[in-house]
Amino acid sequence: MTLLAVENLGKSFGGVHAIEELSFAFERGAVHSIIGPNGAGKTTLLNLLTGLYVPEQGRVRLDGQDLTGAPPHRWAAAGIGRTFQNLQVFFNMTALENVMTGRHLIERDALWATLIRAPSLVRAEADTRAVALELLAQVGLAGWADSPADAMPYGALKRLEIARAMAAQPKLLLLDEPAAGLNPTEAQDIDALIKRLAGDGTTVVLVEHNMKLVMGVSDHLLVLDHGRKLAEGTPEQIRSNPAVIEAYLGVADAQPEAEHA
Amino acid sequence: MGAGSNVSEPPVGFGEPARDAVPLAAVRTRWLRPRSGGLLALALAIAALPLLLANNYFYEIAILVALNAIVCVGLNLLIGYAGQISLGHAGFFALGGYGSAILSAQHGWPSALSLPASTLAVAVLAYVVGRSTLRLKGHYLAMATLGLGVIASIVLATEDKITGGPDGMAVPPLAVAGWALQGERTWYWVVGGVLLLAVWLALNLIESPAGRALRALHGSETAAQTLGIDAARHKLRVFVISAVFAAVAGALMAHYAGFITPAKASFMHSVELVIMVVFGGMASVFGAVVGALVLTTLPQLLTVLKDYEMMVFGAVLVATMVFFPQGIVPTLARALASRRGRGGAS
Amino acid sequence: MNGTWLQFVAGGLTAGAIYALVALGFSIIYNASGAINFAQGEFVMIGGMSAVTLLATGMPLPLAVLLALAAAVLVGLLLDKLAIEPARHAGTVTLIIITIGASLFLRGLAQLVWDKRIHALPAFSGDQPIHVLGATVLPQSLWVLGVAALAVAALSWFFGRTLFGKAMLATSYNPLAARLMGINTRTVLLVSFGLAALLGALGGVLTAPITFTSYDAGVMLGLKGFAAAMLGGLGNFSGAVLGGLLLGLLEGLGAGWISSAYKDAIAFLIILAVLFFMPGGLLGGRRIERV
Repeated sequence: MTLLAVENLGKSFGGVHAIEELSFAFERGAVHSIIGPNGAGKTTLLNLLTGLYVPEQGRVRLDGQDLTGAPPHRWAAAGIGRTFQNLQVFFNMTALENVMTGRHLIERDALWATLIRAPSLVRAEADTRAVALELLAQVGLAGWADSPADAMPYGALKRLEIARAMAAQPKLLLLDEPAAGLNPTEAQDIDALIKRLAGDGTTVVLVEHNMKLVMGVSDHLLVLDHGRKLAEGTPEQIRSNPAVIEAYLGVADAQPEAEHA
Repeated sequence: MGAGSNVSEPPVGFGEPARDAVPLAAVRTRWLRPRSGGLLALALAIAALPLLLANNYFYEIAILVALNAIVCVGLNLLIGYAGQISLGHAGFFALGGYGSAILSAQHGWPSALSLPASTLAVAVLAYVVGRSTLRLKGHYLAMATLGLGVIASIVLATEDKITGGPDGMAVPPLAVAGWALQGERTWYWVVGGVLLLAVWLALNLIESPAGRALRALHGSETAAQTLGIDAARHKLRVFVISAVFAAVAGALMAHYAGFITPAKASFMHSVELVIMVVFGGMASVFGAVVGALVLTTLPQLLTVLKDYEMMVFGAVLVATMVFFPQGIVPTLARALASRRGRGGAS
Repeated sequence: MNGTWLQFVAGGLTAGAIYALVALGFSIIYNASGAINFAQGEFVMIGGMSAVTLLATGMPLPLAVLLALAAAVLVGLLLDKLAIEPARHAGTVTLIIITIGASLFLRGLAQLVWDKRIHALPAFSGDQPIHVLGATVLPQSLWVLGVAALAVAALSWFFGRTLFGKAMLATSYNPLAARLMGINTRTVLLVSFGLAALLGALGGVLTAPITFTSYDAGVMLGLKGFAAAMLGGLGNFSGAVLGGLLLGLLEGLGAGWISSAYKDAIAFLIILAVLFFMPGGLLGGRRIERV
């Protein structure tokens, strides 16, 4: 069942085609990965899939709903969540507050109840808090709940972003290089987390350079090069695709470890 | 900092909470403490201050402080939480005052009605101005409010048939249930109460989904949007709320003083309000009150330095932004928290 | 009738030329830092007031003018070094507030260094009105228009032909890339403030014989120069000139036909109109993406 349908997407910056004639579909409930060399357009694509960029051509549909051109908060409301390669954590809040903010789409936002602190609001706050604590525990950050985000180490912050994105209960979760900068043990934690998310029914889309992680966790790969689709298929198909090997993976023997620096 | 399996451990000396989820009740108490504690402290301060106020002059200063504080609490929501500047809040203040003055003095409205009506009109104006400018990325609101404030002050000074011109106009006293509010002591309790209410409302807004949305926008507008937060809508809402606070304070001032002049809408007055907020504390409700307190009383008490006032205000502003950009109260709070050895949240 | 109209136009263009100089200053600093320099008007004031004081010491007018410009440039450089540079990594909100504080400080200082009275500079070449096409024009107006035109020409040569000028433009397009190319963005910022101060002070000196000057003459001129910059498109140099002249004309005509009391409001109505209908201004400003 198709969850995300991308049709002939195109985006350029001052004459440079960052994404060109890109069409693909992501099935519900699977783990998809977008790979490709640096500059292939992966982050641009993610920005296009969250409404942060508006494409010049093409359409994007989530669950049949055409979201093209809508402002970012509408994409989120439709059910797309994401994490950021360059950490967009709310450093002016605690870890718990970060995750609580993720519940925004699910919370009721009634001005009068807020201003007079109605009992309904107090109860809703308690619920949000409980859910957020639970999510923090799931990513292994329970002890950091009341710590200001700017006091947390890098690896923790990467997981915090995932917890925050999960709080919105998205249908489609886009993870932008979640394992970047992490050591092998931490990357394994991310691996397990992704598998658990997928198991719970979230469709996960991964942008990653860590091939070990990608090949181990993905059901389906999309390979980009110079803003165009180079190939797509299962990990086995992609691993042995000569065009992909030439453009990106390198020698096709043993474990192609194109780990992120 | 730890890597690998130590990542999920809290840092050494972090404080009470264990690795497992803390019981909800204990968390809630700790969470509520700065809020209710601060509110209580403020209430006590307001209740106890009259002991220090020797005569009407000091009561007058206290009332002025409270009125400025009400505006600042609203302005702080806009600057510190929504991350927008208003360079025309004095305009909202004066329009609130003039609106209530004109309705009650010239059209015979009871002041109990003219005040809310005037406030509503200002809210609508803020909504209209904010709606067009807050859609835009960048600091367009600063420019729009600048324009609005100056236009307001020019109109108020020019349309003398309605407003009394540059010399201002007389304002009837505020009457509640037939009883006219007059006298410094009465007004002290009135504005003290309104200030407490304003602080309570602001705190409620902050500790809520709406408050988190604002802080998120301030932290990373991009990420906030991907969580479904509509930037323009939230910023507009807080802008209108801050305009309402200013209008109410302006109307109260007009009825208290029995008089209002166009100077109240001046660019200089708007700048003074911004200085109070910035100095006292960005993203700190009590900081806004402290800022209003310090920067209203100091010039009054140090009249010998009147000539240096502008220079000092300017220097204070620059120094604050360069050395403690968070403002006095949050900087002190952080310093205290780190001295106690905790990674304390503000 | 013809003569009166021409007179309004001449008067409007003269004021507009001053606004254009101030607006250029705003655009230069906006391009270099993304912030709006609310102290821009004070450079105008410092130019005029310094010239008055220096002249009073007995030196010839040209020398007084030159030294006054130098004084303003010095203030601009100090402003950048002491207040802007230490906070250059802070957000635009902080920078805007700092410039507001600086403007207050400079005005307060001016009040003490000089006084609160209004001062006049003698006209550069006398004040015998010249009759041109039925209109009466002050010779000082010709100075204003002429020198302003020269300044604009010099500026466009600087940005278009000199290496450093081009480096400054490059920095405004993409600060990171400029830094990677070896351009020192701090120097660019410093020079931007110096240039903006020079332009503002030039405006102050040119207009002092006509509109007089005082410790707070900078406030309105600064705000109107800002309105002009917005009208033309913040960050766009041609826009600054166009906006300035247009604002001057609109003010002149407005004062004649609507009401002189609301003359000052025109600039601010323009700010609101631009924001509501075309935020990029007439020629489209240069928008800096602050990551």
